Amino acid sequence: MPPAVGGGPAGSEPRPRRGRAGVEGARAVGPDVGAEPAARSPKRPARGSRCTEAAGRWTLLTLVTLLSFATRFHRLDEPRHICWDETHFGKMGSYYINRTFFFDVHPPLGKMLIGLAGYLSGYDGTFLFQKPGDKYEHHNYMGMRGFCAFLGSLLVPFAYLTVLELSKSFPAALLTAALLTFDTGCLTLSQYILLDPILMFFIMAAMLSMVKYNSCANRPFSAPWWFWLSLTGINLAGALGVKFVGLFIILQVGWNTISDLWHLFGDLSLSVVTVGKHLTARILCLIALPLTLYTATYAIHFMVLNKSGPGDGFFSSAFQARLSGNNLHNASIPEHLAYGSVITVKNLRMAIGYLHSHRHLYPEGIGARQQQVTTYLHKDYNNLWIIKKHNTNADPLDPSIPVEFVRHGDIVRLEHKETSRNLHSHYHEAPLTRKHYQVTGYGINGTGDSNDFWRIEVINRKFGNRIKVLRSRIRLIHLVTGCVLGSSGKVLPKWGWEQLEVTCTPYLKETLNSIWNVEDHINPKLPNISLDVLQPTFPEILLESHMVMIRGNNGLKPKDNEFTSKPWHWPINYQGLRFSGINDTDFRVYLLGNPVIWWLNLLSIALYLLLGSIIAVAVQRGTHLPAEVEGLSQVLLQGGGQLLLGWMLHYFPFFLMGRILYFHHYFPAMLFSSMLTGILWDTLLRLCAWSLASSFLARGVYMVGILSLLLGTAYSFYLFHPLAYGMVGPLAQDPGSPMAGLRWLESWDF
Amino acid sequence: MLGFLKRPVVVTADINLNVVALTAVGLLSRLWHLAYPRAVVFDEVYYGQYISFYMKRIFFLDGSGPPFGHMLLALGGYLGGFDGNFLWNRIGAEYSSNVPVWSLRLLPALTGAFSIPMAYQILLELGFSHCAAMGAALLMLIENALITQSRLMLLESVLIFFNLLAVLSYLKFSNSQKHRPFSLSWWFWLMLTGVACSCAVGVKYMGIFTYLLVLAVASVHAWHLIGDQTLSNVCVLCHLLARAAALLVIPTLMYLLFFYVHLILVYRSGPHDQIMSSAFQASLEGGLARITQGQPLEVAYGSQVTLKNVFGKPVPCWLHSHQSTYPMIYENGRGSSHQQQVTCYPFKDVNNWWIVKDPGRHQLVVNNPPRPVRHGDVVQLVHGMTTRFLNTHDVAAPLSPHSQEVSCYVDYNISMPSQNLWRLDIVNRESDTEVWKTILSEVRLVHVNTSAVLKLSGAHLPDWGFQQLEVVGEKLSRGYHESMVWNVEEHRYGKSQEQKERELELHSPAQMDVSRNLSFMARFLELQWRMLTAKSDDSEHKYSSSPLDWVTLDTSIAYWLHPRTSAQIHLLGNIVIWASASLAMVVYVLLFFWYLLRRRRSICDIPEDSWLRWVLAGALCAGGWAVNYLPFFMMEKTLFLYHYLPALTFQILLLPVVLQHVSDHLCRYRACTATPLRGTSSRGVLSVDLGVAWKGLRSQRRHRGGTGEEGVAGWGGWESRGCCGRWGRVLMALGQPVELARLHGVQ
Repeated sequence: MPPAVGGGPAGSEPRPRRGRAGVEGARAVGPDVGAEPAARSPKRPARGSRCTEAAGRWTLLTLVTLLSFATRFHRLDEPRHICWDETHFGKMGSYYINRTFFFDVHPPLGKMLIGLAGYLSGYDGTFLFQKPGDKYEHHNYMGMRGFCAFLGSLLVPFAYLTVLELSKSFPAALLTAALLTFDTGCLTLSQYILLDPILMFFIMAAMLSMVKYNSCANRPFSAPWWFWLSLTGINLAGALGVKFVGLFIILQVGWNTISDLWHLFGDLSLSVVTVGKHLTARILCLIALPLTLYTATYAIHFMVLNKSGPGDGFFSSAFQARLSGNNLHNASIPEHLAYGSVITVKNLRMAIGYLHSHRHLYPEGIGARQQQVTTYLHKDYNNLWIIKKHNTNADPLDPSIPVEFVRHGDIVRLEHKETSRNLHSHYHEAPLTRKHYQVTGYGINGTGDSNDFWRIEVINRKFGNRIKVLRSRIRLIHLVTGCVLGSSGKVLPKWGWEQLEVTCTPYLKETLNSIWNVEDHINPKLPNISLDVLQPTFPEILLESHMVMIRGNNGLKPKDNEFTSKPWHWPINYQGLRFSGINDTDFRVYLLGNPVIWWLNLLSIALYLLLGSIIAVAVQRGTHLPAEVEGLSQVLLQGGGQLLLGWMLHYFPFFLMGRILYFHHYFPAMLFSSMLTGILWDTLLRLCAWSLASSFLARGVYMVGILSLLLGTAYSFYLFHPLAYGMVGPLAQDPGSPMAGLRWLESWDF
Repeated sequence: MLGFLKRPVVVTADINLNVVALTAVGLLSRLWHLAYPRAVVFDEVYYGQYISFYMKRIFFLDGSGPPFGHMLLALGGYLGGFDGNFLWNRIGAEYSSNVPVWSLRLLPALTGAFSIPMAYQILLELGFSHCAAMGAALLMLIENALITQSRLMLLESVLIFFNLLAVLSYLKFSNSQKHRPFSLSWWFWLMLTGVACSCAVGVKYMGIFTYLLVLAVASVHAWHLIGDQTLSNVCVLCHLLARAAALLVIPTLMYLLFFYVHLILVYRSGPHDQIMSSAFQASLEGGLARITQGQPLEVAYGSQVTLKNVFGKPVPCWLHSHQSTYPMIYENGRGSSHQQQVTCYPFKDVNNWWIVKDPGRHQLVVNNPPRPVRHGDVVQLVHGMTTRFLNTHDVAAPLSPHSQEVSCYVDYNISMPSQNLWRLDIVNRESDTEVWKTILSEVRLVHVNTSAVLKLSGAHLPDWGFQQLEVVGEKLSRGYHESMVWNVEEHRYGKSQEQKERELELHSPAQMDVSRNLSFMARFLELQWRMLTAKSDDSEHKYSSSPLDWVTLDTSIAYWLHPRTSAQIHLLGNIVIWASASLAMVVYVLLFFWYLLRRRRSICDIPEDSWLRWVLAGALCAGGWAVNYLPFFMMEKTLFLYHYLPALTFQILLLPVVLQHVSDHLCRYRACTATPLRGTSSRGVLSVDLGVAWKGLRSQRRHRGGTGEEGVAGWGGWESRGCCGRWGRVLMALGQPVELARLHGVQ
């Protein structure tokens, strides 16, 4: 067997030189890296007591943190009006304070924290947050902004500590901190009431605690080990609880954990039981703990929001019964559907609404000229239908006739209460979905033809069962054509009052579009029961809200003829986002990354890939590297590799997403990219310094390199800081503007 | 010199009769009654259209796949002398006598038949026995979904053929790597891998999954090669370069070649022209080229032009205006300027003509010599039929209230001045003084007063606008989008008087032939881009299904139904094969992880070489299944059962692999424990259990059959009860397979 085949694609033989987190590996690498900086850092004094070193370490950290806080909190109160998405998230914060139920495509934690911050800082939830540009007036918004800015400021020290842990090099960590502090994009994004600073906080915190617990790997089951491990889990829950994008950091931690366990498993000095203990600890801290916390946020969410509000219509009828103020709350209606009942029929798919008809005909040329049948999201008398037997027209509410329940499989007729026309379908094409049949209202005073007959079926039930209000999922099958009543979800033109199209689909697929439930139910002959028995359990609510969120996310589709932000725009800083103001008289804030930093990041990724593959090939060819280079390449391949993985995980999935995308989606990836830049340039300069013979020259090259990078970013921040802190005056193409000459790309519009 | 006279010329033919027999039976099953039914069956209705286009040399655009597959089908039509005259409009329609049904269906049938011996070869090259190879080939032979799909004018069987060819030639290549690198056969198989990969991609985009898989396996092997320190650096470099050339460069070139041939073949204009840009259309024979032939290249002041929107969605259309005005009050209560409507109209019309005017002069004719319009110039656009000026102002557009209304200015004397100056911005300019060129220049018209850009919003106006498309002025700052870009399509120099006509004709500028101006790469890139972005209406279909239905075979497709006799063709898999193949998949994955974990603890259940063989077979077969199946979960297009067939083929290959492995290794432990020669110290619980099961089986056999079979049964495994035992005996009688003898010896 030739070796090429022999190698096999899943080369699984343990490679000791890549043993990263295994105990042996850590021991082998640990002292190496730990001792290395002192020897190879030309910057720091080789000698020096532990005490001064610790003091220096703390001073640096404090310095970095202070600078970060200073930049983030500087002019935080400006502008004194709503900027960009503050209108959403501020509003949602207010909803929590007012305990009003709402719907959003993101999980609740971020908005809950915003609401909490507002509540604690004395904001009363009365501001309407109607549209960007509205003045805050006397309302206290600084608490919420301050909270976001606080979390946003912590990103810098977190990145600093992460890089320090990965590279054991202060200059690399300092460079990273400078890149993030002086990035106008990160700065802008941290200054407003948005989910992004909260999300990035949890992502970075998870990353930091993961790196920390990796470095505790040689002391498993010690207190710090447990602390960092469980902290990782907590932060994962936080990240996922703010936005679903938090999934990417979970993948990263998951990958790290798997490779970690793989190394432990391959370490034959550990017994299987010990490995099992390791596995259990990770399952506990990284799966069970985050899941519990994540679920808990939902529990709090549903507990706090107990009043009916704008989000009701997105949820199922049973769900709405929980909300006070909703007409289903504490309502009591008859439980089983009977002939003669007046009902409303709601589509099970989100945001389709109730089966509806009104006294308007389909226009000329669109199917038969009969009364329109649509779906409508709001409650209205025209949503009421009477359920009747197909063959008699006797009034079933006549007290002399005994109550007869509707059963699964019965043939029924649905009469529109206001217009007395029957739900009808026939072989005419539907107005928008040409392959389906048209649904109309037909007949006079309830007398129509055989095209008015529908068979009512309950999903997953046996024939002959009664039909439960709210809980039974029903289908209406047209008897003559065999098609199923459904809504296509398409908006009808003006003539249909922009309500949604109802069709009869000949494809008998089980999609939610063709499944309905009975919501209101009026029948004086039947005893009412309280709806409380129908209330869904917590797991059902949890599942339903996730389904609704996922569908809501999928529904955010870009339009064809609109300019939309594409993922490839982001790393090159192609175009920013306007936070506030358009004209030269406005106070303008423009979310745009500091181009110097962003393009440096881009360059660094390319350089990293080049350098990384050269080193990897050299190692694979068995080249013997000198000790210094060996240590540096370890840092580059392992620390840098983790950061590169983070960047890729937070960036590439966006290429696959169908939903509408915005520039700010790139910022989590940008954090990783900046950390990678820090490590890369530090390593690169050290390599340069090493290759130069004279130690004096080497030290000089290294120092000059790091310093010029630090100063360069600081200077570029000085140039671009008006983007974040606000600009007034003429636009950039005007020479009198503060930003004159800085519009380096035509696509930037400030 | 004359050595051949001294020694006899000897030709030793080594013919594997199994392969011959398999091929023969395969051909028989695929070709028998091929021309039946003489009616359009299912998707033949699509492919047939394209074949007709090829036969008539008419340009078409098909978003479903690259042109190579269609061309192969068209080759069948060409050989059968098809003239393309058939109306492909309905499934079930009877073919007229001029349609060579047999030759049209021949190619897919042949590829389907040849896939069978290839499956055999692949298993052999993976290092498995002839018996397993035979099993794989037989499974392929009798799988009725594959038979159905190969016997019709469809592309799946062609795709499967090239997929298998790519895998097979890569295996041949990598097996010859050790002994004869850079030999002739080494090069041949390496090149063939690249060619087969590109053919697979050329037939359907789906082929790219198999291509990526082969690339992945090749790069892992290349990585091991880099690590092989017995080779010199130069040697490694040569190896890498050869692979890069064969697996990256050749496929790219081949792919371009398909398009090159395609564009040579279809050179006449046809019904799909409209989707393409004006420049592309002008490069086709007939259609727009006939109109634009000989028109002046440079747009000058006084030129009469039609302006086409470059984006062309939802439909391609031209800037248009007509006598009607915007309604004073819209239905939703907003007001308008009540000026003359400007729309985008998808049909050629005399109202699409506009005159480019110099704001400084009054004349609407071209000077002598013509003064060309350049990038950055400010112009006015005058509507030809109504002589009104294109205008926009701070009034909300009818359907897109965030943008400005565009109108042809009517002076109502209501202190609403005309704002009709537009600055020309040539988007694809090479210099800042570039002249506005017909067809080639893509321009934005930027309004001077408000810096709004003329844009097609894509919305259809209501009845008052005759359902034409809305045109708006969009703020420049909203970013660049193709719907803001226009190009001149038809163009002539305006001449108001008859006398001047001749003069101008004499002085008309150099005429151009746009088709020569458009390079192949430009045409390829445009065509490829339009093919990828062409939206198929994602309407549901009666027989569409979801990927989950495929594995469980919960779906089928009625391909054809005879209107009277109810004879029918149904695409339906063989449930036994599908279920057992899926089971094999599960067994493979479980065993793989079991071995992997135990190897990590330095416990080797199986010898190293058979572990490597097991991994490689899994990477190609299980991997081939995964890459051809899992991506469908992320696709939003309408999916059918036949999309699963390429994945199924790989799964079928995995089945005998797993069976042989189970019989070779798990079932043999029983025997091993009996013989003290093989001291396998560590034996998993699983293998012991299976060993017990095997013992039961064997004792059964002993009762039923003779003793002569035992040697074969020992390695033949579960399958040995069926074909394998018999085949094994036949093979042993022939004395061919070495493995058999060796294994027998061990027993």
